[in-house]
Amino acid sequence: MIRDYFRVLTIDLTAGQSTIVEVDGRNEVAGGSGLAALLFNKYGQKDGQWDDPSQPLIFTIGPLTGYFPLMSKTVCAFKSPYHNQYAESHAGGRSALALRFADLDAVVITGKAAKPVCISLGSRHIEIKDVHYLWGMDVYTTGKYLRHMFSGSGHRSILRIGPAGERCSPMAGINADSYRHFGRLGGGAVMGSKNIKGIAIQGDAAFLLPDNNAYPKLFEEVYKQLTDTDMMTKYHNLGTPSNVMVLNDLKALPVRNLQQTSDPNISGISGEKFAEVALLRNNACSGCPVGCIHIGFVRERFAEDNRYLYRQVSYDHEPIFAVGAMLGVLDCFKVLDIIDVVERMGLDVMSAGVALAWATEALEKGIISEAETIVPMRFGYAGGYKEGMLHLAMGTNEFYQVLSRGAMVAAERYNGKDFACVLGQEMAGYATGETFFVGQALGLRHSHLDSSGYSYDQKPGVKDASVAAEFLVRDEQGRVFLTSMLSCLFARGVYTDELLHRCLNSLGYDQLANSIPQVSRNIQKLRWRTKFETGYDPKSVSIPKRFSEVVTWKGKIDTEYMQALKDEYAKKITELGLDGD
Amino acid sequence: MKVLIAPRMERCIGCHSCSLACARLVHKRLSWDTAGIRIRTSGGLSTGFEAKTCLACDPAPCVLACPTCAYSQRKGGGVIVRKKLCIRCGACAKACPVDAIYLDPTGEPFVCIHCGRCVKYCPHDCLDTKEVVTDAPGSEQVKETQ
Repeated sequence: MIRDYFRVLTIDLTAGQSTIVEVDGRNEVAGGSGLAALLFNKYGQKDGQWDDPSQPLIFTIGPLTGYFPLMSKTVCAFKSPYHNQYAESHAGGRSALALRFADLDAVVITGKAAKPVCISLGSRHIEIKDVHYLWGMDVYTTGKYLRHMFSGSGHRSILRIGPAGERCSPMAGINADSYRHFGRLGGGAVMGSKNIKGIAIQGDAAFLLPDNNAYPKLFEEVYKQLTDTDMMTKYHNLGTPSNVMVLNDLKALPVRNLQQTSDPNISGISGEKFAEVALLRNNACSGCPVGCIHIGFVRERFAEDNRYLYRQVSYDHEPIFAVGAMLGVLDCFKVLDIIDVVERMGLDVMSAGVALAWATEALEKGIISEAETIVPMRFGYAGGYKEGMLHLAMGTNEFYQVLSRGAMVAAERYNGKDFACVLGQEMAGYATGETFFVGQALGLRHSHLDSSGYSYDQKPGVKDASVAAEFLVRDEQGRVFLTSMLSCLFARGVYTDELLHRCLNSLGYDQLANSIPQVSRNIQKLRWRTKFETGYDPKSVSIPKRFSEVVTWKGKIDTEYMQALKDEYAKKITELGLDGD
Repeated sequence: MKVLIAPRMERCIGCHSCSLACARLVHKRLSWDTAGIRIRTSGGLSTGFEAKTCLACDPAPCVLACPTCAYSQRKGGGVIVRKKLCIRCGACAKACPVDAIYLDPTGEPFVCIHCGRCVKYCPHDCLDTKEVVTDAPGSEQVKETQ
């Protein structure tokens, strides 16, 4: 529904009460990322602990969600168990369109249910259902039961957590519709802390379109641009795993806990190899004709007389980097095997993979022993990692409990900080150089998606910390407007400010359309202010020594330049965060 | 006379572009429900997708079930719906053997009109139209059109 305010469903699990709240601010924060920050400021306790029942778990969509192609993502915001600061995590799947057709711009969940529950909501219903019997079940099994319990096949989204979320692991993600995730910074733990096993969103409303020809005409133009050009080929052909070989050739792929940046045998886990032998089919997020979700299969022989079971496992560059290259596992089926365990347990695959990479090197160096890891761990040994992932999810012993709070937390406890590949949180799959390392380490989401430092690193140019820091700030500003619309960032090449202006205009959001630069700046400041007010101090972020030892196609990392860039970027985001406007 | 067919649903990726196009272009709505074609999973995302759309029956059970003559038989298969005559009883949806008719919360029915406008929005070419030649009653010949 097109409206100049936000229609927000609030659910208080302690009281078992829900209500609809109309929140102003469309022309100031747009939706998505901006709306999430606005709602956190309204409902969150900035000084409180992340698991205080009063803290909100927020889901938001944007003004263009469902109205244009690739406007298909949802923002999840919460106070993170990873660092106790404001956090955002984004996911595709069906939740964005399901929320649109539930006629909601946002859902805010506060309180804590007395028993494990599943929240079922739609445009004409809300139910908080006791599902204590699902507690302990893995993500796949939970999904199967929830699908039977709630109606709306094809037009609903089912978000759920696994055992990692139930035990409030800071590495627990929220699974969205089997193959997508609100993966990073512990959203799964926030659900677990509120006793929410699942959320089923049914999109069961329809809306009249603007009474003009401009909107369908513009839709046609955008759709053509997104599907007729080869702009999106990268994402639907090999998908993001095409990065594996590209980065390996550049000597910019983190391998074996970033001891290397390439490996001669990387072709075993390249995008090309996955497509050739393991790709089963593609899926799409609702409202996106690109279909970038790549689904492979794992086959397991469970009895001697040729009895097999199989599972379908989605793969992308990041999971392949995290449990493949980073763990030295260079066989695509073994990588899928490990991802499968991670998926069932409901872990953030990136943090989990990088954490076990640190554990492996720590074990090699004798800092820890098998008394800690329980299972043997060595680079390339997938069997150890499959078991290790189970222990990490379950927090089997003190070591895994500490490790699931982050590789750096474990390194502080057991030693080995120099080689903990942590940039605000466990690193993403790019070792392109100084700009990316600083961008992730200090970025608001500590994500490779905050800004394209990895791309900046690949451009020739003079090393000027001030210019690079300004690039990170500007690039982030553009991205926060897109993630407030709420676009998939794969479409960033198509959705220019000029096109977004026309899209918003065609739906009647004239004021917003005419103020994109100011609004994107507003959103950027609001998010940074929120992060700072929940305890962030960029000066306290350090970039571990391992990142200084990296050698890429450009040669050794320039540590002096990296420090200058870090200082400059910290200064700029501090200005943004402390600016009262 | 053309009818819509969905011969390659094994290729479907579940993007809903077809439903959204039908709702947008035919029914002037933003919706994945109020459309003549709707995409469902056949038991979860791991089992693929199926299209709920009119199979162009002739005679159509929904026509026979409609108590107010709002539904009439379309030449070549399918139906023509005159919504002014519809009393929102839902008998059409109950009569449809393949669940192709969507009733909105007010009971208004939405069913495929076989215009084929959704076809070009499918990125994987799952959908098509076919020409139905009706030379004489009961001797329909079918040929594919591109």
